[in-house]
Amino acid sequence: MNKLSNVPALLGKAISGDRLTLEEGVVLLEQGSLLELGEAADRIRQRLHPDRRVTYIIDRNINYTNICVCRCRFCAFYRQMGDADAYVLSKSLLFEKIEETLAAGGTELLIQGGLHPGLNLDFFIDMLREIKKRYDIHIHSFSPPEIVHLSGLSGLPVTEVLARLKDAGLDSLPGGGAEILVDRVRKIISPNKIGWKQWMDVMDKAHRLGMKTTATMMFGHVETSEDIILHLVRVREQQDVTGGFTAFIPWSFQPRNTRLGGSTVGGAEYLKVLAVARIMLDNIPNIQASWVTQGAKIAQLALSFGANDFGSTMLEENVVRAAGVNYRIALREIQRCIIDAGFIPAQRRTDYTIIAEHPNLRAI
Amino acid sequence: MINTDNALQEIADKVAKGQRLSREDGIKLYQSNDLLSIGKLANLVRERKNGKKAFFIVNRHINHTNICVNRCKLCAFGRDAGSPGAYMLSLDEIEAKARQSAGENISEIHIVGGLNPDLKLDYYVEMLRRVRHVLPGVIIQSFTAVEIDYLAQLHGISHHEVLATLRDAGLDSLPGGGAEIFAPRVREIICPKKIDGEKWLSVHRAAHELGMRTNATMLYGHVETIEERVDHLLRLRELQDQTGGFLTFIPLAFHPKNTALEPMGLGTTTGYDDLKTLAVARLLLDNFDHIKAFWIMIGPKMAQVSLSFGVDDLDGTVVEEKIAHDAGAETDQSISRQQLVRMIKSAGFIPVQRDTLYNVVEEGF
Repeated sequence: MNKLSNVPALLGKAISGDRLTLEEGVVLLEQGSLLELGEAADRIRQRLHPDRRVTYIIDRNINYTNICVCRCRFCAFYRQMGDADAYVLSKSLLFEKIEETLAAGGTELLIQGGLHPGLNLDFFIDMLREIKKRYDIHIHSFSPPEIVHLSGLSGLPVTEVLARLKDAGLDSLPGGGAEILVDRVRKIISPNKIGWKQWMDVMDKAHRLGMKTTATMMFGHVETSEDIILHLVRVREQQDVTGGFTAFIPWSFQPRNTRLGGSTVGGAEYLKVLAVARIMLDNIPNIQASWVTQGAKIAQLALSFGANDFGSTMLEENVVRAAGVNYRIALREIQRCIIDAGFIPAQRRTDYTIIAEHPNLRAI
Repeated sequence: MINTDNALQEIADKVAKGQRLSREDGIKLYQSNDLLSIGKLANLVRERKNGKKAFFIVNRHINHTNICVNRCKLCAFGRDAGSPGAYMLSLDEIEAKARQSAGENISEIHIVGGLNPDLKLDYYVEMLRRVRHVLPGVIIQSFTAVEIDYLAQLHGISHHEVLATLRDAGLDSLPGGGAEIFAPRVREIICPKKIDGEKWLSVHRAAHELGMRTNATMLYGHVETIEERVDHLLRLRELQDQTGGFLTFIPLAFHPKNTALEPMGLGTTTGYDDLKTLAVARLLLDNFDHIKAFWIMIGPKMAQVSLSFGVDDLDGTVVEEKIAHDAGAETDQSISRQQLVRMIKSAGFIPVQRDTLYNVVEEGF
């Protein structure tokens, strides 16, 4: 028998803290059963997070524009200039959203948008300065494709763009735009988006400037098992060098209203990938469950499959018009899921330091 | 690998030896948060009984009336006669719906409805004759124990007589609805007018005695305790020991939306609760061949995961489901055979299309 096909031995190796190779990761993803992968991931999660805490952040996802020249085939969000529902957010509306976020106990802004051909670096420097002047809030914003886009528009190197944004108030970067960090896949699903090396290069530069970032992965479209594991290994190698990734967040492709189309992966497939990510990424401290894409039930199960964080409350624009109510229901539901699974809910900051534990359900 | 929860070790030993679990074991399993260990035990039993097979059926649901004298608080489907949204399908309409299904290769038709005082035994007999005529090869799995008992009362005859009359008109099998939770304390709150647990069990006993196979359900996630769930399962196990007539056990997750229980502030069930409930059922109901996750109630993503937690049946490609959707189920109304097959295979199981009695209709997908 091929020694690589021995799934329990590989899992034993990972549980004891040894690193698995790319080939070994592929064997796990293709041959491991849901329960054995979950069990190994859960034990690794227990080793890394023995306090039985599950964290979440209260934040707001603000999309400043949906105009985007990238037009990825997996995306349902982008519009072209002149489309009836194309928009750029006004400053006053932005401030209003920030005030609602702070009122809800939020500590982080996740500002992201399309690659707008007319919004240059000065626009964002001004945006960051104006926010920081008014509000005490962590700005976790602009994924690598946006940074590279600004570099192109301004003619400045990526490091310089990051340095100027940091100087204006940018605190950390979200890990979006990673999709699958394999160019063969990117050519199919996002042919106009930066390649995997450029994505990683932005993260490398950000880490070297002292900014933390996350890393994401969007799977469940045209990628193979090898592509998924290669993605994980590439993130792991970068982490060995700069150590700036706080968390890894896998989610599955949501085909509705996209040109790529197709069907979404099932819950078992999501949990398997999540577990393998926990097993492979021995140098990334946190794994986030994605309740927004998987629903609260699967996100709760993720807590037994390697996840130690419930991600963000995601106060989205349309959801929170009347500020409080919807938001509090989302928060209460997150806390209920965590408690029901036998963990202690804790609100965290972007850097994963704890603000407060909430062992009891908050009243609506 | 080792169980992280020592309380489960004794249970794991029993499961390994194939010994029957006790009431206390059931309670311990429910109280544990060691989801993966519970899943492993349930999966062991599942593989012993059904290997890697995951069954599904291509069926059609017809809800012939939502007019119901019981108006259970758990229900968002029932209406009073004459109130907005109340409906009753004529025999012609039912026949037309059955006829529509004739080309769909369904192997089962599932007809359930409210307790409508205007619909007497002759309506049901005629309905069955017409459906049987239009769909000669299709198994008719229809009318819950609650409806059977209501007909017996309307006509002052025994359950046995009602069932025999319906069987002669074409009824093959009874679905498992109306069981809810057998505990009288719970029924008093969620469905005070519905038949009690004893009557539900006695209708199924009568059906089994007539040679009909039936299903059993449990509605969970409302006001019941863990003990009441376990007792419910044990009552079913007891009857199954005596008759062997149950095919499948189907836990149903309670959906509070639009029901009279909604103001109590009950949430929907959690993912942990859904999986634990399915797994505990697989472990306690050692004399049931099959455990079904009804994807309509818990969603296709959860249904796929449940295959590793004791479940061997995902119900099927349901056409026109009203009862769970009136209570806020956000799932689609139907799922294609292709989607089901893909879902099962990508979770590492073997899809088998079955009929009501678990005869193979098609495999080798």
